[in-house]
Amino acid sequence: MLEMIQFVPLFPLIGFLIIGLLGKYLKNEKLIGTIASTAVGLSFIVSVLLFINVIGSHLEKPHIQNVFTWIAAGSFKVNVSYQVDQLSVLFSLIITGVGFLIHVYSIGYMHGDRSFYRFFAYLNLFIFMMLNLVLSSNLLLTFLGWEGVGLSSYLLIGFWYDRKFEGTRITWTGDAANKAFIVNRIGDFGFLIAMFMIFINFNTLEYQAISDSLAANESFFMNSGLVTAIALLMFLGCTGKSAQIPLAVWLPDAMAGPTPVSALIHAATMVTAGIFLVARNSVLFSLSPTAMTVVAVIGVLTAFFAATIGLVQNDIKKVLAYSTVSQLGFMFAALGVGAFTAAIFHVMTHAFFKGLLFLGSGSVIHGMHEEQNIQKMGNLRKYMPITYKTFYIASLAIAGVPLFSGFFSKDEILWSTFSHGSYILWGLLTISAFMTAFYMFRLVNLTFHGEERFDKHHLHPHESPKTMTIPLMVLAVLSALGGFLGIPYALGFWFSDHPNLLENYLHPIFANANHILGKHAHTEVHLIEYLLMALATAIAIFAIYIANKFYSDKTFKIPNKLAANNKGIYNMLFNKYKLDEFYFKAIVDSLLALSTSLLWKVVDIKVVDGIVNGAGKTTALVSESLRKIQTGIVQNYAMLMMAGIVAILAWILFVI
Amino acid sequence: MNQEVFLAMPVFLISAFAVLIVVLDAVSGKNKTINFAFGIFSLLATAGAAIYTLTLQVPKLVNPADYHDIFTITKNTMVFSSYSAYFDILFSLAGILTMLASRSFISKGYHEYKEYYSIIILAVAGMVYISHANNLLMLFIGIELMSIMFYILSGYFRQRIESVESALKYFLLGSFASGFLLYGMALVYGATSSLELNVIAQFIAKNNFNATYLTFGIALLLIGLSFKIAAFPFHQWAPDVYQGAPTTVTAFMSTAGKAAAIFSFIIIAKALMPSFTNNAMRLVSTETMQMILAVLSAATMLIGNITAISQKNIKRMLAYSSVAHAGYMLMGVVANNQLGYDGIIFYATSYLFMQIGAFIVLSVLENKDSSNINLDNFTGLRKSNPYLAALMAIFMFSLAGLPPFAGFFGKYYLFLAAIQSGYTWLTIVAVISSVISVYFYIGLIVYMFFKDSDNPIAKAELKLSSVSLFVCLIGVLLFGFFPSLLMNLYAIIK
Repeated sequence: MLEMIQFVPLFPLIGFLIIGLLGKYLKNEKLIGTIASTAVGLSFIVSVLLFINVIGSHLEKPHIQNVFTWIAAGSFKVNVSYQVDQLSVLFSLIITGVGFLIHVYSIGYMHGDRSFYRFFAYLNLFIFMMLNLVLSSNLLLTFLGWEGVGLSSYLLIGFWYDRKFEGTRITWTGDAANKAFIVNRIGDFGFLIAMFMIFINFNTLEYQAISDSLAANESFFMNSGLVTAIALLMFLGCTGKSAQIPLAVWLPDAMAGPTPVSALIHAATMVTAGIFLVARNSVLFSLSPTAMTVVAVIGVLTAFFAATIGLVQNDIKKVLAYSTVSQLGFMFAALGVGAFTAAIFHVMTHAFFKGLLFLGSGSVIHGMHEEQNIQKMGNLRKYMPITYKTFYIASLAIAGVPLFSGFFSKDEILWSTFSHGSYILWGLLTISAFMTAFYMFRLVNLTFHGEERFDKHHLHPHESPKTMTIPLMVLAVLSALGGFLGIPYALGFWFSDHPNLLENYLHPIFANANHILGKHAHTEVHLIEYLLMALATAIAIFAIYIANKFYSDKTFKIPNKLAANNKGIYNMLFNKYKLDEFYFKAIVDSLLALSTSLLWKVVDIKVVDGIVNGAGKTTALVSESLRKIQTGIVQNYAMLMMAGIVAILAWILFVI
Repeated sequence: MNQEVFLAMPVFLISAFAVLIVVLDAVSGKNKTINFAFGIFSLLATAGAAIYTLTLQVPKLVNPADYHDIFTITKNTMVFSSYSAYFDILFSLAGILTMLASRSFISKGYHEYKEYYSIIILAVAGMVYISHANNLLMLFIGIELMSIMFYILSGYFRQRIESVESALKYFLLGSFASGFLLYGMALVYGATSSLELNVIAQFIAKNNFNATYLTFGIALLLIGLSFKIAAFPFHQWAPDVYQGAPTTVTAFMSTAGKAAAIFSFIIIAKALMPSFTNNAMRLVSTETMQMILAVLSAATMLIGNITAISQKNIKRMLAYSSVAHAGYMLMGVVANNQLGYDGIIFYATSYLFMQIGAFIVLSVLENKDSSNINLDNFTGLRKSNPYLAALMAIFMFSLAGLPPFAGFFGKYYLFLAAIQSGYTWLTIVAVISSVISVYFYIGLIVYMFFKDSDNPIAKAELKLSSVSLFVCLIGVLLFGFFPSLLMNLYAIIK
């Protein structure tokens, strides 16, 4: 049964090949969309079967499915092999499940696009690569997937390559695609070095073997420089892919792509690859307290600063983009304090509600004929009731209103940081959670409530077609109820000893890491936990209340006044702390200047070209003079032969 | 019947056919097709017999010092090993490829005389004697038989002054070199009192013999052979002769002739230059000779390739490149180890396909007086003769040593062998000279594909040459993609 895992990535690959090679001739949008969605749907069904099997068999050790030998060179041997365990199957479920919904949604959203087939070919390619990333049993195949999703992300961000897109030194969507690709390259560099170091020291790239040898020599590796270096380099890769400080700058500009892409790649799946990688190497990270601290601090700082930027943005997708960066920061914070399960839990719920928010925003943009500025919207609930309702549910979830999914996962993260003893981190996260609820309901109010601020005579917003609204509704259900998979012990102890289903499920994956960190499944209830829960709820509701109050009046008197009184802060936030400008001035420009003035104009043109051309000219000169030895006169030839013979015999006489 | 009779069959067959085809010349009247067909048949029969001997229990003769009186019917003047059988096949194949391409070529350029085919068969006979020689005199007879046939073939276009000039130059300098070859044999005989290579080898191995006059003898032998493979400073005949001789003859001489000469190198080196790397004993003569050959090899490839750059005539350019290839092959002798020898044989084999192929393309495109084979004439060849241009490009890539063609692996094994025996500097020189050679090989491709001409060479007729070209293409591709085919064969037959 478990060997069926190899089919999971196979279907999207087949879909990609069919659509990519033949899509041009298929022409029929329905057919193309059906092929692509079916491919992902089949993968989802297989994933469900695998999931049932994994639950049923209480898998303790991962099942490794070898497909074929990929590279064999001396002692270096890497297989294309897939790993069935709780973590990989869960990710596979999220990717194919949410992916399937977004595929269906895209059929409606991309209707009439001139490169319809190209879009679906890329989407299937993305799913294939993402599945390789999470299902691989070794680092190299994960890296293939890692680069592959980077490629598909690049292709999809620049999908509408002839459209303008505004940003710091960005004029076309293609510039945004380049930015995403290049910034990610910096992180990949760290990932690669980490991989080299692992191979040199452990002589394998298999996750299981690495974790086993780390766990077996726990005291030797504990806090060693090697482990810290590997973990930090790997985390550099994660900051790239998952858009954390210092490499977070690419994600907001990635919104240049079509909205389903933003939902699938830049919210629900690809950007969680960094979380996956840390979770997959939990043993490695848990052996380095330094690295764990770095992960936690970076996560919290990202969560905080991204949330502050989200407060003032006016582009509907930009708000969601900064929200994504912020939520990813929450997940890294959880990883950093050793709450691996909480991080994975938040990945899951986030995939639901953020996917839904993006799809909802796509529905809005679609209905508003490509308008993205929320200042020019308002009262859309009248025109798009389904979009409004589902969007509202997702906003409640992300804000952390009790019983909605985001409440459970976010609360677990907050409690983990608190119980870890990092009160400052906890404080910052709580403020971030407050800001999250605020900017989300600012968005809801500006978009769906109030009165129309667009030209009603020329613009007629409409509800989206069924292929788009049905995925919204499915995701709304999941966003509302998904949290019950991870009921904290404090709330569920009265009906079960282990109410947190997800924690039980993932237990074998993080057993080693938890052992190293000295963590146990908590079975005690603290009063303070209830207090914090109540505080979080109060904060969320308070934030929603303020947002409603600020933005329900027609002139936005209070927020305008706040902005006017704090112009410095407002501008700083509105300009995203000028981080892009700083990078360009400090790094890009000076690098370019150095490359142009020294490396290009001096080293390349003068030195390299000089040597190359000089060598060529010298050889040609030598050739001309050698040619003259060839006189055509036999006597001269015999002379040279004789001279050669004499020289050789003289040499022999001299030596012997 | 004695198994040895079967082993000796290629030698018997080619000798008998060589005599018969001369007789046939006298009786066949004006019909040239009979001679042509008989020539092809005799080469096929020889190759077939050689392939058959490979299936027999062939004695594995790696080192002459290891074998004793086992070849009774020839009184030890000849050996019948699988290596010699392999070379018999190679020589016969070269003969067949040349003959197929020659038919239309020689009637285009001059007149088809049936003796042409007899002379080729006789030259192959000489090569077969070389590949079986165990006696220095037998080796000399083989080399001379082959060389004299080459002198005649070079002057085949006898109304054309360059052809006659090349024959005369080749003959004069060749005789000069043969003198040194023979004198070297005399010195070796004087030192070891034997002409048989296995006896000489055993003598040297037993006595750890190091006399100066033996070293002189070896040196003179190698000098004589260096002339035959056209190594510096004995290479100057090659450009003149290769350019002046009929193109198909050049194809034959510069491949099969070179392979036979380099094979003589191998058997001389194995018998007279034992390398006692495992023992403490090291022969000064061997090491000195290796060093001298290394210098010759380096100079040969550098001068061959550098001079080729400034050539305008493609035939002359390929002649210089042929000099350079002799330099590469010498690396295997310098390395003096098993990989080196296997590498030489691989190189000679792959070189045979690419060089014959390139010359046959030239021969097909040549006009009546061979005046249109300058680089300029090949401008825009892709339009008038797309297939020939593509073939030429493949042969050029292979000659330049680019993967995935056979030429790449030929170089690879030789470079590896040289590094293994400590001649890293020689490998560096070889790599540099390979880089230089890319200039003129690719240069020809640039002319053919990236330039346009108002007056390109007219569409050529291939006739039987197409068979030869096809075989050459197959060889270049097959051994380029699956070099292990040949290397495994060597592992089995040695």
